[in-house]
Amino acid sequence: MDMLNLGTADLTPVYLSFVLILAVFLGFELINKVPSTLHTPLMSGANAISGITVVGALVYAGNGEGDLVSWLGFAAVVLATINVVGGYMVTDRMLAMFKKREK
Amino acid sequence: MGALTINMAYVVAAVLFILGLKRLGSPATARQGNMLSSLAMLIAVVVTLADQNILSYQMIAIAVVIGSLIGAFAAKRVEMTGMPELVALFNGFGGLASLFVGWAAIEPTSSVFMAFTIFLSILIGGVTFTGSMVAWGKLSEKISGRPMMFTGQRIVNAIIVLAVIASGYMFSVDPSNHTWLYVAIGLSFLFGIMAVIPIGGADMPVVISLLNSYSGLAACAAGFAVSNNILIVAGSLVGASGIILTQIMCKAMNRSLGHVLFSGFSAVSNDQVVVEGEIKPISADDAFYVLEAASSVAIIPGYGMAVAQAQHVVKELQELLEQNGCEVNYGIHPVAGRMPGHMNVLLAEADVSYDQLLEMDEINPRMENVDVAIVIGANDVVNPAAREVKSSPIYGMPVINVDKARTVFVLKRSMASGFAGIENPLFYKENTRMLFGDAKESIGTLIRSFE
Repeated sequence: MDMLNLGTADLTPVYLSFVLILAVFLGFELINKVPSTLHTPLMSGANAISGITVVGALVYAGNGEGDLVSWLGFAAVVLATINVVGGYMVTDRMLAMFKKREK
Repeated sequence: MGALTINMAYVVAAVLFILGLKRLGSPATARQGNMLSSLAMLIAVVVTLADQNILSYQMIAIAVVIGSLIGAFAAKRVEMTGMPELVALFNGFGGLASLFVGWAAIEPTSSVFMAFTIFLSILIGGVTFTGSMVAWGKLSEKISGRPMMFTGQRIVNAIIVLAVIASGYMFSVDPSNHTWLYVAIGLSFLFGIMAVIPIGGADMPVVISLLNSYSGLAACAAGFAVSNNILIVAGSLVGASGIILTQIMCKAMNRSLGHVLFSGFSAVSNDQVVVEGEIKPISADDAFYVLEAASSVAIIPGYGMAVAQAQHVVKELQELLEQNGCEVNYGIHPVAGRMPGHMNVLLAEADVSYDQLLEMDEINPRMENVDVAIVIGANDVVNPAAREVKSSPIYGMPVINVDKARTVFVLKRSMASGFAGIENPLFYKENTRMLFGDAKESIGTLIRSFE
């Protein structure tokens, strides 16, 4: 991130905000056309993606200190992993059931 | 692995998340899309493990194993009727995880901006957590699904909002003072509870969509707190998708989001609704004769079908009707059930082809040519008062016009009205016949008549 710091001002917030805004617009475009048949799997699939917070938690869970921070990280990894693993598996289970009649 | 390599891998993961979500948009490619998205997650997690700040893998390994076991167990065991509860529960866990990440990211030297994003991840994460838990309780009927209102609720909520803003400010200017942190956590929990208790059971599709969005936004805020792009990208994709679903659900109920969130359902007066005609019950035997002669049948399921677990017998009935030369379609209202698309999943479980599941806009123009419309456990979504009675609380909500079919069968336990006590003139119409009893048993009797 350092290479993006032009001059002395810390532009990280600006840069992160760029990413945020572009991703939100992209999200709207992606989801707008999803047929209602797929709304439940879409939601549980998106739910699994929200478990991405596990990535933020790993560094704290692995800090090797055994302090409050590492336990917070530990708890976050457990919870987010439930979210991720459970979310993807149940979405897959649902989608496997969606079949078109063979004629 | 350096930060550069890790961030390059995050770019790959972001691309895969986007492609995965895109493919989730069509039934033919959805399963593959979900795979791509899970691959993206795997890449993101694996490269993060190479971060040089990770010194010990012991706790990570234990946490991942515990989380995976619980997640896999829940995913395998859940009944399709219980999907809304499970999604609510997962949402809540995701929210709490983001709260913990925000909390762990606090450093006494954090800049005001960083402290503010930490505060946001704690606030949104906390609201998502307790809000989802209340939603889960309502959906699984551990607590009453009725809107919980009390006098002064708005004032209490306004005070909470002000307190949240105040604690956010105090925490952001001095992140080393943990008192404000604990106050913020407590307030976020309280706020989540207060936000969901006034919302009734039938509005749950909106709430679940919204909480889904929040869980993404919480991850996004945590991404700001730890300056991690992939959290921001993935989190905001989820946030956006949740908001779109929320909009679709609100539109399907002809209510604004604000109305759903803050007003529950205002007290219903049925005085102005003059219902003419009388209830005409029909026996399963008589219903069979009508169905045997029908050449076109539309089935309109609602939450009652899920409660009665009737989806499999419905499919059996569909097959028998088709063998009898009858065309069978399903009409699915966007807010039928307790989450968006709930009915579609139940019917998919029963092996109903998805091209027979018609959306409201597709089925309504065909309704006049339908011989028999069978309403199974649905009430408000087929209520003609939404079109005809200006004083009805659901006036203006788009409904499936089953009353336009030649004959309507309504499968219903008893004459109790829907969740808000809204009178349904459909039951009194000339062409309506009520088939009282448990939906599963009633259909079972019909099936036996065919065989």
